[in-house]
Amino acid sequence: MIRTEELLLNVGPQHPSTHGAFRIIVKLDGEVITEAIPVMGYLHRGTEKLAENLNYTQIIPYTDRMDYVSAMTNNYVLCHAVETMMGLEVPERAEFLRLIVMELQRVASHLVWWGTYLLDIGAMSPFLFAFRDRESIIDLFNELSGARLTYNYMRVGGVKWDAPPGWIDKVRDFIPYMEKKLLEYDSLVSGNEIFLARIKGVGVYDAQTAIDYGLSGANLRCTGVDWDLRKTEPYSLYSRFEFDVPTGTNGDCYDRYLIRMEEIRQSLRILKQAVEQFPSEGETMGKVPRALRPPAGETYVRIESPRGEIGCHIVSKGKAEPYRLKFRRPSFVNLQILPKLLVGQTMTNLITILGGIDIVVGEVDC
Amino acid sequence: MGDRLLEPLSWGNALIFFLLAVVMLAVVLGFVTYAIYFERKVIGWMQFRKGPNRVGPLGLLQSVADIGKLLLKEDTIPRKADRVLFILAPALCYIPAFAVLAVIPYTNKLYFTDLNVGVLYYVALSGISTLAIVLGGWASNNKYALLGGMRSAAQMISYEVPLVISIVGTVMLTGSMSLRSIVEGQGGGWFWDWNFLPQIIGFAVFVIAAVSELNRTPFDLPEAESELVAGYHVEYSGFRFAFFMLSEYVYVFAIASLMTVLFLGGWHPPAPFLDFVPGIVWFALKFICIVFFLFWLRATFPRVRVDQLMGFGWRVLLPLAILNIFVTAAYMEIFIKR
Repeated sequence: MIRTEELLLNVGPQHPSTHGAFRIIVKLDGEVITEAIPVMGYLHRGTEKLAENLNYTQIIPYTDRMDYVSAMTNNYVLCHAVETMMGLEVPERAEFLRLIVMELQRVASHLVWWGTYLLDIGAMSPFLFAFRDRESIIDLFNELSGARLTYNYMRVGGVKWDAPPGWIDKVRDFIPYMEKKLLEYDSLVSGNEIFLARIKGVGVYDAQTAIDYGLSGANLRCTGVDWDLRKTEPYSLYSRFEFDVPTGTNGDCYDRYLIRMEEIRQSLRILKQAVEQFPSEGETMGKVPRALRPPAGETYVRIESPRGEIGCHIVSKGKAEPYRLKFRRPSFVNLQILPKLLVGQTMTNLITILGGIDIVVGEVDC
Repeated sequence: MGDRLLEPLSWGNALIFFLLAVVMLAVVLGFVTYAIYFERKVIGWMQFRKGPNRVGPLGLLQSVADIGKLLLKEDTIPRKADRVLFILAPALCYIPAFAVLAVIPYTNKLYFTDLNVGVLYYVALSGISTLAIVLGGWASNNKYALLGGMRSAAQMISYEVPLVISIVGTVMLTGSMSLRSIVEGQGGGWFWDWNFLPQIIGFAVFVIAAVSELNRTPFDLPEAESELVAGYHVEYSGFRFAFFMLSEYVYVFAIASLMTVLFLGGWHPPAPFLDFVPGIVWFALKFICIVFFLFWLRATFPRVRVDQLMGFGWRVLLPLAILNIFVTAAYMEIFIKR
């Protein structure tokens, strides 16, 4: 009598395609997944709890280490929250610098995603191309902040360092370079039949499901929902610039791919305008009291990180340390749809779907 | 060589066979060493890297160092593995890979044996390696390895069939299954007389099926590293792992040779007036082009999905290969009077 049984397969936490220490327990019937249970927490460092014993400036380096692929936007959300609570003004030059680094960061983050996603799908070269071009951005950041990954660049009320002489010109030169490279990327990957066959119609969900799960970023926009906080709730200086928010129609991995590629282009468009309007001189640090003691109360601010809506909720009792600090991490929220998407898919699609969600485990586990 | 096979076996004969096999082994090992180096260099250049450049001049000894490392590594066998099969699998994978080289004619004179069923011999033996991969995946007692092994079996069934059928057209044109006769049938003229143009459909099917046979990108599903970590050889280490890698590259050698022989005119020059150049040079040139092509694919393509792979094999390649037989038969019936 032939008997078949389900195969219980442990994917991760040490697995090349889980993008860090993330684990999924899958039950396989042949190669088809019947159940998937994500297990997270391998990278949990208790950032939010640690923050309760640190003053606000000391928390900034911790935010670098949450979403380490997009440290600048994390810096910003914390500073922005404290500034909102205290009603601080940020000098224009500082705000411009913040915006430029955030958009550069979005490009860098999407490049990492692009490279690793293609690596997941089995193509090796795009990974190296993406990291080569990301290196130019990393060099710019290195020059600005002295660090390549965890920048600790922003401060409540401004930025730590002014741009060194000639830095803005380097950003200006980078934009056409990157635009040219994007065309190369498209000719290598975007029209590849194998690639399209792998990602079209994979991991589909509709707009209502996306909203129910609280998805944000490209994961939400791929279903056609036009929701980008830079447009819908403009923060920083985004209302001054022209850019489009790409949306999809099918809600599959291919739409998510196209949206992220288009977002790189739109970021470059914003950068182009920002570099032109960049004030030639000015303060980079606003008038900030020596001790940051936000008034007692609560604030929630949210911005658009490369991965979606990143929010910061501060509960202050009027002390130098927050009473409670909570980050709404887009990777964590976006990941929740994974078990639903995986049922009925093959082992290969598991990697495609997981990669398409674009998680950073440092942010999932925080 | 073929004549000696017919003689009764004596000590002298056996010694000659043994020595020649050792020479061939040395050639193949040399090829594998530098094919790996070449692959890493080529892919490195395509990806704006330098590739290996530290060990020896221009990194030429990199592969030697790698092999040395693999030899010195601890050889682990998982406690719950099936020991006998686990040990047997790498050898079983390698032996057919080496044995198929016996029928490849490198030049008019240089070949081991001119078997009159050379094509069948090649195809039949190369199928055994897949068994070894399934065996290795099964014996490892690892779920990833098992999945890799199973994929390999599915892939073999789907692609061995079009591979064989794509060759049939060539065999029909030549009227022989001996690889040497097939090459001689293509000689004497310009390069458009080689089989790849008259058999263009067969050639295309053969190239795709051959890449799949080699388990190379974009058909490297059995060892798909981003899904199955390393697939069937995930539990292998040290020299047993090296044997799997070795047989993979020996198959590159074999397939490139076979493709040269079947479709690219073997040792024949591309134009009649170039026949003062020794045949082995032409063979080597064509061979290198094919090897480069295989490495080039690896730097370019993503991996196909397992169900798409099956669908493509059965629904596209197999009908094309069969169509090729019909077209060839019709062509021969109409144009070639016997």
